[in-house]
Amino acid sequence: MTQEELLAQIYKKDSNAFNTLYNMYSKSLYGVIFNLLKNKEEAEDVLQEVFVKIWKNVDSYNESKGRFFTWILNIARNAAIDRLRSKDHTKNLKNLSVDNFVHILDHNATVVNRIDAIGIREFVKKLKPVCVRIIELLFFKGYTQQEASDELAMPLGTVKTQNRTCIKDLRNILEV
Amino acid sequence: MEEFINSGILELYIFGVTTEEENREVQEMAGKHAEVRAEILSIEKAIIDLSYSVSPQLSPEVYHRIRRELIDKHGTEGVVQLQPRRSASSYIGWAAAIVLLGCLGVQYFMYDQEVEKKEAVTKERDKYEQLFASTTKDNEQKEKALRVIRAKNSAIVNLGGQQVSPDSYAKVYMNDADNEVFVDIAGLPEAPEGKEYQVWALTLNPLTPTSIGVLDKNKVADSQGIIQVDNFEGVQAFGITLEPTGGSATPTMEQLYTLGEVKS
Repeated sequence: MTQEELLAQIYKKDSNAFNTLYNMYSKSLYGVIFNLLKNKEEAEDVLQEVFVKIWKNVDSYNESKGRFFTWILNIARNAAIDRLRSKDHTKNLKNLSVDNFVHILDHNATVVNRIDAIGIREFVKKLKPVCVRIIELLFFKGYTQQEASDELAMPLGTVKTQNRTCIKDLRNILEV
Repeated sequence: MEEFINSGILELYIFGVTTEEENREVQEMAGKHAEVRAEILSIEKAIIDLSYSVSPQLSPEVYHRIRRELIDKHGTEGVVQLQPRRSASSYIGWAAAIVLLGCLGVQYFMYDQEVEKKEAVTKERDKYEQLFASTTKDNEQKEKALRVIRAKNSAIVNLGGQQVSPDSYAKVYMNDADNEVFVDIAGLPEAPEGKEYQVWALTLNPLTPTSIGVLDKNKVADSQGIIQVDNFEGVQAFGITLEPTGGSATPTMEQLYTLGEVKS
């Protein structure tokens, strides 16, 4: 389904629209949110908040704001970061000892997704350490290039090209 | 342009960490070059798959909760709660209303006698009208089902029985000209109490199921077992699972009744 077809369906805001939106993106958004919060119940709460926001504001989305996925990704990341900063969260903090998205895979090793997309998990674990860190910061945490460059002590220009190389590795395996 | 793609800007664009100026630049390039657009789609796909794969299991309860929040609550927005109002005028109002009600009662009793006679006749007429309507409806459904099967450009996908019910089968009729998809479940056992069949459109690599319809029992009874479901562009296979009434967010694979690949 192209983005245009998807949006045409979502604008109807009926139950089919919801099913499509949920089936296409809930797991990905939940992955991002969980990676930030490390707490399943809280991440579920935030996911619900995010869907409400998408549903309410979808009329204000347009292509000039970037890809639709990027738009909802930003909503999800911002909601999760807001939660991180809230008082409720600090209470629940540190109940999981995971630092990044690859650790989440290990941590949830016993939970096998019914539809584990073609063993991406196994591959993701093989990403170079530098790739894990750079994807963690830029994609999962939404760091700017400058922030990532400071955190990794890597020249600004290198961050961008190194990230491309890492995503290329990922694409080679996924064949996309 | 090659240089533009290799700079790594498109990845950051999808991640949503570019500045507005950079966004405009990317959009301008994407408008001009198909290669840039294709690259954007590939990066996006990789990133969606990556975040999908690191997501812990999401229970169906979350789906139902969010669905209730977005769909079911939707209709109640804007309903104004009435505040109770108490004053002398409202008591006078009630008194007047009770007197009026008494008068109406007497009138009504007399009127009722006449109405009863008329009602008996009307009832009889309604009965015949209903019979006629249901026969017509039945007929229409049969014709519709037949039309689907006979349509010139209908492609048929045969769904074979799976482990849980090897003798089951179903058929999917895809009419590309009208973009209509129908499923025939005459070869499935009747769904037990509290369960309904749900039809999934599957795309492979990665295997992604999308619900294209929950086969509501009334719908099934009304349609000779041939039911229209949503069209799903690019579908590569169809599957039917037995799910709790109302359907599930993701298919229950242990209850997969039939499965069939679309021949392209």
